[in-house]
Amino acid sequence: MKIVVCIKQVPATGADKRYTDDLTLDRTSVDAIINPLDEYAIEQALRLADAGIADSVTYLSMGPDQAAEALRRALAMGGDDAVLITDAALAGADEWATAKVLAAALDKLAPDVALMGMASDDARGSLVPGAVAAMRNVPLLSYGSELAIEGDAARVRRLSATGFDWITAPLPVVATVTDQVGEPRYASLKGIMAAKRKPLETWGLADIGLSADELKGAALTVVTDARPPEEKAPTERIENLPAAEAATKIADWLAARKLI
Amino acid sequence: MTYLPTADHDELRAAVRELAEERIAPRAAEIDEKAEFPWDLKELLAKQDLLGTCFEEKHGGTNLDTIGQSIVAEEIARADATTSLIPIVQKLGALPIMLAGTDEQKDRYFPRLASGEWLAAFGLTEAAAGSDVASNRMRATRDGDGYVLNGSKRFITHGSVANLLTVFALTDPEAGGRKGMSAFIVEADTPGFAAPRVEHKMGIRGSPTAELTFDDVRVPVANRLGEEGEGFKIAMATLDRSRLGIAAQAVGIAQGALDAAIGYAADRQQFGQRVVDFEGIQFMLADMASQTEAARQLTYAAAARVDAQASDLRYWTSSAKLVAGDTAMRVTTDAVQVLGGYGYISEYPVERMMRDAKITQLYEGTQQIQRLIVARQLLQRAGAAKRG
Repeated sequence: MKIVVCIKQVPATGADKRYTDDLTLDRTSVDAIINPLDEYAIEQALRLADAGIADSVTYLSMGPDQAAEALRRALAMGGDDAVLITDAALAGADEWATAKVLAAALDKLAPDVALMGMASDDARGSLVPGAVAAMRNVPLLSYGSELAIEGDAARVRRLSATGFDWITAPLPVVATVTDQVGEPRYASLKGIMAAKRKPLETWGLADIGLSADELKGAALTVVTDARPPEEKAPTERIENLPAAEAATKIADWLAARKLI
Repeated sequence: MTYLPTADHDELRAAVRELAEERIAPRAAEIDEKAEFPWDLKELLAKQDLLGTCFEEKHGGTNLDTIGQSIVAEEIARADATTSLIPIVQKLGALPIMLAGTDEQKDRYFPRLASGEWLAAFGLTEAAAGSDVASNRMRATRDGDGYVLNGSKRFITHGSVANLLTVFALTDPEAGGRKGMSAFIVEADTPGFAAPRVEHKMGIRGSPTAELTFDDVRVPVANRLGEEGEGFKIAMATLDRSRLGIAAQAVGIAQGALDAAIGYAADRQQFGQRVVDFEGIQFMLADMASQTEAARQLTYAAAARVDAQASDLRYWTSSAKLVAGDTAMRVTTDAVQVLGGYGYISEYPVERMMRDAKITQLYEGTQQIQRLIVARQLLQRAGAAKRG
């Protein structure tokens, strides 16, 4: 059973993010990390490997050259090898283009499970897993708090409003997991040292049978400015009153509007 | 010669820092308050391979260079000085075996130490023999295929939690400590060995400092390190290297205090501006940072000499420990000053760091002993120069 974990390198959470002149994120000026939500997908894959259920774990990422650092960090946590898709034509790729690239790479890698985090920490679109599943015409098992493999099927445990559901689909699948998986492991020192010797391949678009022209399908709207809504003045402020008096005032205010 | 850290060193520091910030720093205040050995963090460090950095790969270690080992100690000490002693003392306890042990002794014990399954300790100091090591009184009497150890040790870091101790005892009391002392490996479950008491301390409170008693403790000849009478030499060669761990610990404590001071000063408002915007505070922070960096670089320079087996490595390690220990004391004291009243209370970590820093001026040779070692080396060099 082969798992490919798709990971994204993102600016460090809380970093002061800047945009380049073409309004794409300046990825060179900030510390980059593995998307924290992807670390749960890594942890889930490695747990399946630890249990002897997954025979191999491969990491796949699309990004600039420095995204190799994220792949090395993932390899330090565990797993076998990694592939970086990097191509000048991919700069500024949107979710659709990203999904197309990942789908083509997954066609080539042919995993039983393509595992992803539930969202990325920078864009938070959560569109890519569904798009990849649709493009590859395989089932999507999304938002799992746990991923299990049973014979030729995968199933995820998904929390619902009333409890949880088990959702099962035949392999191969695309699956996404949440932070309910459990805390991602830290890379051990031996893991860090071993990661340097694990295979990391770099593929261009040609290696996955795509051309730059095929990635220009998305409708693009450039948002050049966004402002938070103007703050409304509070209707009434209750200040510097004893608690009992303030409470009475609030109760009166609510009662007058028939809210209580 | 390179004065820049390698990519491997940077990566190691980042990995240990992440672990220390997320898992060790949040435990530090509790470890200090309860004065309890952090078994959970010992397990964590073992799992992350951080207790085996000084051991060869064939024994399950990661065989980091001494700068790498210093970085590990430093980054853990930045979060918690007590916890940093776990890898530091693991090496201290193992060094006599590294320096004087046979392959059989190394094969027998190093895998369990490298994995962190076992903890090691170094039993040299006695109640009446601190800096004056040659005054040691504990006896080891040959009896058939073994030795019988009798006596006591005091101020033994991790003495009560270690599974293995390297212990120094007189095999020839007539010859005295310098010529008549021998080194032994003692397993803690050997009958007659006990750690009846641990000290109540000012700092590094989670690290048990034990009194050890040896009551007819029988040790096989196979556990003697080196030849009879080589104990003093082995102990000194051990301390020449191990004190670098204390230098690294001191650098880490200083860095932790500096970072805490910057964090506080950048946040705290007084007289309508951030405390860090006062030039007087900036000057203090700049001094603290420069002194810490100087101590760090001297520690790494000494570490490189240890790896190179330099003939004057003791000059470097003593100098590094001297500078780093004094720096840790000064920088932590200044950090308390930067935080003002908040620095003096346990709500912030700097008062703990100041208490922890003090030990780096005392153990593995007081600062005065370091000065003597440095001065003797200086005089030797001068003597050689005269002869030349």
